[in-house]
Amino acid sequence: MKEYQTITEVSGPLVFAEVDEPIGYDEMVEIETPSGETKRGQVLESEDGIVAIQVFEGTTGIDRNASVRFLGETLKMPVTEDLLGRVMDGSGNPIDGGPDIVPDERRDIVGAAINPYSREYPEDFIQTGVSAIDGMNTLVRGQKLPIFSGSGLPHNDLALQIARQATVPEEEGEGDDDESEFAVIFGAMGITQEEANEFMDDFERTGALERSVVFMNLADDPAVERTVTPRLALTTAEYLAFDKGYHVLVVLTDMTNYCEALREIGAAREEVPGRRGYPGYMYTDLAQLYERAGRLKDREGSVTQIPILTMPGDDDTHPIPDLTGYITEGQIMMDRPLHSQGIEPPVNVLPSLSRLMDDGIGEGLTRADHADVSDQMYAAYAEGEDLRDLVNIVGREALSERDNKYLDFADAFEEEFVEQGFDTNRTIDETVELGWDLLSTLPRTELNRVDEDLIEEHYREDAAASDAETEEVSAD
Amino acid sequence: MSQATETETTEGTGRIKSVSGPVVKAVDLDARMNDVVYVGDEGLMGEVIEIEGDVTTIQVYEETSGVAPQEPVENTGEPLSVDLGPGMLDAIYDGVQRPLDVLEEKMDSAFLDRGVDAPGIDLEKEWEFTPEVEVGDSVEAGDIVGVVPETVTIDHKVMVPPDYEGGVVESVEEGAFTVDDAVVTLENGEEISMRQEWPVREKRPTIEKRTPREPLVSGQRILDGLFPIAKGGTAAIPGPFGSGKTVTQHSLAKFADADIVVYVGCGERGNEMTEVIEDFPELEDPKNGNSLMARTSLIANTSNMPVAARESCVYTGITIAEYYRDMGYDVALMADSTSRWAEAMREISSRLEEMPGEEGYPAYLAARLAEFYERAGYFENLNGTEGSVSAIGAVSPPGGDFSEPVTQNTLRIVKTFWALDADLAERRHFPAINWNESYSLYQDQLDPWFKENVAEDWPERRQWAVDTLDEEGELQEIVQLVGKDALPEDQQLILEVARYLREGYLQQNAFIDVDMYCPPEKTYAILTTIQTFNDEAFDALDAGVPIEDITDIDAAPKLNRIATQEDWEAYVDELKSDITEQIRSLY
Repeated sequence: MKEYQTITEVSGPLVFAEVDEPIGYDEMVEIETPSGETKRGQVLESEDGIVAIQVFEGTTGIDRNASVRFLGETLKMPVTEDLLGRVMDGSGNPIDGGPDIVPDERRDIVGAAINPYSREYPEDFIQTGVSAIDGMNTLVRGQKLPIFSGSGLPHNDLALQIARQATVPEEEGEGDDDESEFAVIFGAMGITQEEANEFMDDFERTGALERSVVFMNLADDPAVERTVTPRLALTTAEYLAFDKGYHVLVVLTDMTNYCEALREIGAAREEVPGRRGYPGYMYTDLAQLYERAGRLKDREGSVTQIPILTMPGDDDTHPIPDLTGYITEGQIMMDRPLHSQGIEPPVNVLPSLSRLMDDGIGEGLTRADHADVSDQMYAAYAEGEDLRDLVNIVGREALSERDNKYLDFADAFEEEFVEQGFDTNRTIDETVELGWDLLSTLPRTELNRVDEDLIEEHYREDAAASDAETEEVSAD
Repeated sequence: MSQATETETTEGTGRIKSVSGPVVKAVDLDARMNDVVYVGDEGLMGEVIEIEGDVTTIQVYEETSGVAPQEPVENTGEPLSVDLGPGMLDAIYDGVQRPLDVLEEKMDSAFLDRGVDAPGIDLEKEWEFTPEVEVGDSVEAGDIVGVVPETVTIDHKVMVPPDYEGGVVESVEEGAFTVDDAVVTLENGEEISMRQEWPVREKRPTIEKRTPREPLVSGQRILDGLFPIAKGGTAAIPGPFGSGKTVTQHSLAKFADADIVVYVGCGERGNEMTEVIEDFPELEDPKNGNSLMARTSLIANTSNMPVAARESCVYTGITIAEYYRDMGYDVALMADSTSRWAEAMREISSRLEEMPGEEGYPAYLAARLAEFYERAGYFENLNGTEGSVSAIGAVSPPGGDFSEPVTQNTLRIVKTFWALDADLAERRHFPAINWNESYSLYQDQLDPWFKENVAEDWPERRQWAVDTLDEEGELQEIVQLVGKDALPEDQQLILEVARYLREGYLQQNAFIDVDMYCPPEKTYAILTTIQTFNDEAFDALDAGVPIEDITDIDAAPKLNRIATQEDWEAYVDELKSDITEQIRSLY
């Protein structure tokens, strides 16, 4: 391996060096500073005679006498089942004081794209125990469903709750024991030490660490390293899922920090910026992460992704949530007003969406009435939401009896259905039944999205009747 | 492009000068603009996009990790082309027409490796050729010389390639042949096989473009009823994420009454393409009950597949569409999403350090979009048949803001605009097409067809629906301020009627079997039933009946259930008479 002491320029996270042999694009580089420190980097652009290197651990301490070694291969992640239970830094080095990792295999971290022909369409319902998700925005195995949040909202609590509670309800008659196992991969990018502790404490408290692999890039770690962390996490996830048959849930937090790192590199390379200074290729880059979720034909395992991102200024048209939403299969939207009302989790179901829901629910999967109940609750809650604006102007008395029922429904929906606390685990049956409790406060004829037979079966006459009585009294 | 061209001698070999993502520069390469080249030791496919002195810039259709300067670059001397011939239906391709099922087999992996190539159509398979010309006949470029049953639904017409001279037929074969065997030989020595090649960036020649007069019936009430598209027309579906662009495109691909559907998944989700691959073979073609795949060709270049191939996939799609048009078929092309295509252009352009236009997009964005949509239309083909290509492009505007360059430049070209609306989607009003913003400029030229084939008063009925919805829009603004009960009774009634229009007519459930496809007759029946309610209700109101009594009749909520009835004809008849009877009994 040839060593060069030919650095010509150091600029932000980039180092330019002269070379006299061809160097491969994306190849790994080690730079040794005069003080003996070794930093790792990657070839960003390779030309005859000169290469641009992106340094992961920051360029501090690098001068023109630093020596540059090209490793002749692209960045690889050592993968093995023994990674479960381990904690690593953002570059994949163990930081838990445990033994060295003896890899089964070393995998390229830029995963090849899955052939769309080889995918299997995800349709296995995952019960998260959270009504706002299970009932209204169902998550399925192999889906990528991000949490769109804002600074100061409890997205981490929700992610932990999902990681803790997620199960696939046993299918009747198919309870064999070779059920594949469940694993959680946690990729942290630029989160604070405090947040990291919160996650680690929860993992340790619930014993979840045994079946987890943790990658930690903290807020004071080099930003460039953040571009590598999720790829290490996903390479590990793919290995566990498709080679070892695990059902892997990947939690990535916080994607906003990842995108900031992309912008930083783009700026250092003097690229033409796209919207708000983010690089024009951010869509492609994000897609290369998010699309590494899914299921494959004839393979046991699955990769399900829950990326978390904080929307700058709670603005969902900001490039980060916007591009994410175009790639992922829906989004769970956290809401500040609900949070200040004390609703836990503060999920606003109206702008939330799960694109794979329709195929993951229904008879044999969840319940036959699930889709209709969910549709009807959406419509009713949206109507109640609209009326709230009107109430502010004309007052409740000025509204019709029908409108008042919708207002009550919207309140009850938030306080009873969405609100459940971060420790309550509701089965899908409980969730749908709760839905019927709420829908039954509306007149039967208003349920135009529910099949008539289902209304017959589930509609609680007494709820409406008692309601109607009170209405009559107040109407008089 | 395919391996079929592999036998050709390479025009010249150069070497790599620099590599930066999908953009590779080479020196000492003797290449023309848009020639296809094989890059590096692994032979990655690429296309020449800039020549400057001795330096040739290449966009590479595959991942370039590990590719180093000094590695060789080979020129094929051919522009990016597709193989055209039987076998393109019921197939799924990537952006450069490599069949994904063949790739899976060749790579023996669920992941896409690099440097593997495969021909766009099966070169080994034998097809049953029946000639339609005889020895001594004279044929010209574009003429049909025979047919091949390609799928249960489609007869593939074998044509004289447009760049042939044509002449007198010297010999004709009949029977089973591979696509490369000559089936017709001309006296001037030209051999006609079942396979043609055509450069994707060039449109296939025709005699003339005509004004389209027939609708592309989509089975979607809001589209057929209010904003129809013509066979050979162009349409854009812009909308923010989650508003249902893909579901709408899928519905069109399933139910549009085209002969052939080319579905281009350009830079979108892998699972969505998988859904199409899994669903379509099991769905029935509404025209003849055969498997839907028998008329469908899929092109899937998902968002994580190489960006340069994303740039080319819409061209691959439209070239295949044009080829079937040449046979005299009506082809519908769906591109989901053209924004991803535009972004691919932007990405490549920025790697070339071109001067950016609006929002970083290259200055030639408008020209490329226009060029693409102009390849759609209703044509008289070289062989005298008539065929059409309808192009329907989804647009994904950042932040749902329609003022961005891709949406705006698309709107300047297309004649149908289906605006998707996040608000409607949030309240689960699907398809979430905003009736106030959308438009179709084909209405007038298509009305004669609807009058003749559905109902004489189709245009008047539509106008009534549009007027009622417009009026509702205005009234809603007042309602937001004072509440509904403050309105006079006749205006309250308009709101009520408009609500039935929205819920019973405009909304359509893509997930319920009976409702996912709605023939124009049913669309018309639902509309007339709602109008019956409207007319009766206003008569009653004039006669002094209180509005509550009118809107509370038992039959009214049934207006929202017509769509989901198996036997909608009987249901509509009964409902109309119930409505009339119940309202008239009030006075």
